[in-house]
Amino acid sequence: MSSTLYSLIGLAAGVAFILALKGLSHPKTARRGNLIGAFGATVATLSVFFYGAPLKNLWWIVGAIAIGLVIGVPAARKVEMTQMPQLVALFNGVGGGAAALVAIVEYMKLGAEATTAEVIFTVFTVVVGCVSFSGSIITFMKLQELMTTRPVVFPGGRFVIAATLAAVLGVSIWVVVALGTTPLLVLAVLSLLFGVLFVLPVGGADVPIVISLLNAFTGLTVAASGYVLSSTLLIIAGTLVGASGTILTRLMAEAMGRSLFGTLFGAFTAKPQETSGSAEERPVRSGSADDVAILLNYARRVVIVPGFGLAVAQAQHTVRELADLMISKGIDVAYGIHPVAGRMPGHMNVLLAEANVPYDQLAEMDEVNPTFGQTDVAIVIGANDVVNPAAQTTPGCPIYGMPILEVNQASNIIFLKRSMRPGFAGIENELLYDPKTMLLFGDAKASLTKVVSALKAL
Amino acid sequence: MDAIAIISIFTLAVFVGFEVVSKVSSTLHTPLMSGANAIHGVILVGAIIVADHSENSLELGLSLAAIVLATINMVGGFVVTDRMLEMFKAKKQGDK
Repeated sequence: MSSTLYSLIGLAAGVAFILALKGLSHPKTARRGNLIGAFGATVATLSVFFYGAPLKNLWWIVGAIAIGLVIGVPAARKVEMTQMPQLVALFNGVGGGAAALVAIVEYMKLGAEATTAEVIFTVFTVVVGCVSFSGSIITFMKLQELMTTRPVVFPGGRFVIAATLAAVLGVSIWVVVALGTTPLLVLAVLSLLFGVLFVLPVGGADVPIVISLLNAFTGLTVAASGYVLSSTLLIIAGTLVGASGTILTRLMAEAMGRSLFGTLFGAFTAKPQETSGSAEERPVRSGSADDVAILLNYARRVVIVPGFGLAVAQAQHTVRELADLMISKGIDVAYGIHPVAGRMPGHMNVLLAEANVPYDQLAEMDEVNPTFGQTDVAIVIGANDVVNPAAQTTPGCPIYGMPILEVNQASNIIFLKRSMRPGFAGIENELLYDPKTMLLFGDAKASLTKVVSALKAL
Repeated sequence: MDAIAIISIFTLAVFVGFEVVSKVSSTLHTPLMSGANAIHGVILVGAIIVADHSENSLELGLSLAAIVLATINMVGGFVVTDRMLEMFKAKKQGDK
């Protein structure tokens, strides 16, 4: 294959990626956009085989791709909807790791004739690729609940982080000047450490923002590798992801009412938070499924607020059954969807879509908030942080400033919860102790099923 | 490749990247992130190039590890994004 044809195929793949991102930005074209992206990536990969034919180490390469396929495809196909965010984090991490490894190999081959620019870009890729790798692994562990989901802050933490960052920068300069494999390995280890320290203090609702940010980082490393490898395709693809990922990170931060700066530098500013110890002994009002059914039966307007607990219990079909039953009794029913309910933006929309909940019953936060004053009952199913009034009333708490669904305005509030355990952000919810709140403990699906049969009997 | 050409490509790609995703509803944030994540899996191309140029077993080993990781990123990323978007398609049918 001629190098002109190879470059043109690279350009076509770059265009495919632009169309893919464009398509993914609109619900109607999203799926097609993703397929266009996959097509572009496949063509680009195949073109390398033909351009370089015969490739040295061809069968090793094919074997490695086969291993990647055997690991990646089943993981992507079998993952539960509830676990999708952490899988995306993991995929992003291995991408960053791949970019770092490519850069390390490149570095070993650069030799004496390498330009300073090439060395700098290679070092950049190693650093950011390693940060993205280890940072993503930590976000994965947080989301998978292999470790605490709360911000991990230790005394003097920010100085340790600042010192690590300074060391990374210092060693980077050392590598650029001294050109040795040992300093590069030291740099890789320090960068991995920095990635861990960077993500540890992030908690709760900020985790998806950090995944998006690390995703943008990985994009930039790919662009930098493209420079070193003289591949226009990698420059275009990496830059596109870096740029769109940055915008997306900002959009996500806005949707959650978080400042991007605060999220980014939370590592440097986070302080150990005070915890209130007396919380367990306070009285709550818990009810039975029959109590809930009676409340619902005489309500005129009910808003259902789904959260991660709904996803865990796979109760989306049962909740629809309940909503349909209420509608058949002439009750006005809406679902109040918080943009970040669940563990990723849009999580609830996807889940309820699976149960074929009519789209017009889903109300976004801005739409539903003014109506809570006229709502007789708000049913909160497995959600917590997104309705926590502390976000409006308690400056200094980790979710302060996040827009919430104002269910506290409703006349009655029903919480379906597994336990008194606080939400993902690890903050106590005052609303649980409110006199107009009734708690129904148990698995969301089991509780809903009981409520449905109790309501049918009325 | 000459530096000006590279800077031009980079700059234009930054603007295109900003532009294409500037108005996205929050429902699509996660699939879009996941799709962009899959796109940077094309580092696979870079991994194959360095594997092709490898001259010793250390270089080859590292390149092959990069290929495995990049393949997981790229293929897994596109598959998982498609699965997320499949749900949206089901919703559209449910509407009708």
